[in-house]
Amino acid sequence: MSAHDTRMHKQLAELLRKHSGQQLMANRHWRVDMALKPILRRHSIPDLNMLGDLLAGDSDADLARECVEAMINNETCFYRDQANFALLTGPVLDSMWEKRSNTKRLRIWSAACSTGQEPYSLAMHFASNPEKWAGWNIHIHATDISTSALAQARNGRYSQFEIQRGLPVMLMLKHFDQHETEWQLKEPIRRAVTFAKHNLLDAAQGAGVYDLILCRNMLMYLCDDNRKQVLGNLATALTRDGMLMLGAAETVIGQTDRFAASQEFRGFYEQALSR
Amino acid sequence: MKSCLIVDDSKVIRKVARHILETLQFQVAEAVDGEEALTMCANDNPDVILLDWNMPVMSGMEFLRAYRASPIQDGAKVIFCTTENGIAHIQAAIDAGADEYVMKPFDRETLENKLQIVGCL
Ligand SMILES: C[S@@+](CC[C@H](N)C(=O)[O-])C[C@H]1O[C@@H](n2cnc3c(N)ncnc32)[C@H](O)[C@@H]1O
Repeated sequence: MSAHDTRMHKQLAELLRKHSGQQLMANRHWRVDMALKPILRRHSIPDLNMLGDLLAGDSDADLARECVEAMINNETCFYRDQANFALLTGPVLDSMWEKRSNTKRLRIWSAACSTGQEPYSLAMHFASNPEKWAGWNIHIHATDISTSALAQARNGRYSQFEIQRGLPVMLMLKHFDQHETEWQLKEPIRRAVTFAKHNLLDAAQGAGVYDLILCRNMLMYLCDDNRKQVLGNLATALTRDGMLMLGAAETVIGQTDRFAASQEFRGFYEQALSR
Repeated sequence: MKSCLIVDDSKVIRKVARHILETLQFQVAEAVDGEEALTMCANDNPDVILLDWNMPVMSGMEFLRAYRASPIQDGAKVIFCTTENGIAHIQAAIDAGADEYVMKPFDRETLENKLQIVGCL
């Protein structure tokens, strides 16, 4: 790798960190190069070094945003980490049902929702259990930092490849319309989720709002300080007796004093003060 | 160790699917059409069948109907794996007793997901 390449990757890493708090690991440099190629083509920029120079000026906010979104890992799928998701839709939601049976009101936040598979998996779960949740007021709010991921999420449209990842065929037949090689989520499920752009490093709107927060497979890309900050923001947004769900490979242990591992449900976390 | 029967007239698909399934610790057998698959199932019924649609001699749909009507099936899961990607085909397959459906082309993760969904992983 030339000195020029190293300098360019440093610049890109700084850009990514500034906008999203994410770290660019050296072992992802090749992926970043691949991800940025379409941007070069789109804007007739001859090579990555020239792109680096353009970004260094800090004058083109749209180009910077485009590059950040291309560098961010958006990978997701329906019912991701099946066993953990089953714990969520089974025992964890059962306990939420008990806790909230007086108000019959449930507020859920899918933080870092990417292209929407995560919140829509939940919405399909509620739709599949109408008797249990009859009369409930359930709101699923989903946010992400990536404008392009959110656009797809709002549209609820998935490629043949995406639709097959994790989604049982029965749910696909029930909730999606086919448009040639793409599949579009039907209106009732789309309406069950609201989407908004939000950077998790920023304070959430409102305190003690959500009964359940999903923040999966996003913290792992952050440095310790940013992770602590995000977890603090999530703790503030969570109700006193709410639950936080992280990705299968993530933990809050040693990262923050705001959360403690749930004794009952593996991979779930509670406000530390409630213990 | 779970067993899987791959039913496909394409040697390439059988080879690719075998490779994926073996890395997932399946014991794998292969059949080139529905008729051969029925004979093989009668001798040794697998846990899961990966079934192509269009094959000479006996198609995947003909196989599935015969298999589900026979006493040999014994709870095996059937995953269609085909280029027939229209919703009408998918619905017909489910109505005939398929448990899951993979639209070709597929990759390792898709197949792995579908095997999890039918409870074979
Ligand atoms: C790997 S995806 C995970 C999606 C989903 N939660 C899942 O587990 O399948 C990570 C997502 O985090 C989003 N993200 C990254 N940094 C973020 C930030 N600072 N604020 C909000 N979202 C962020 C990315 O845009 C991406 O969509």
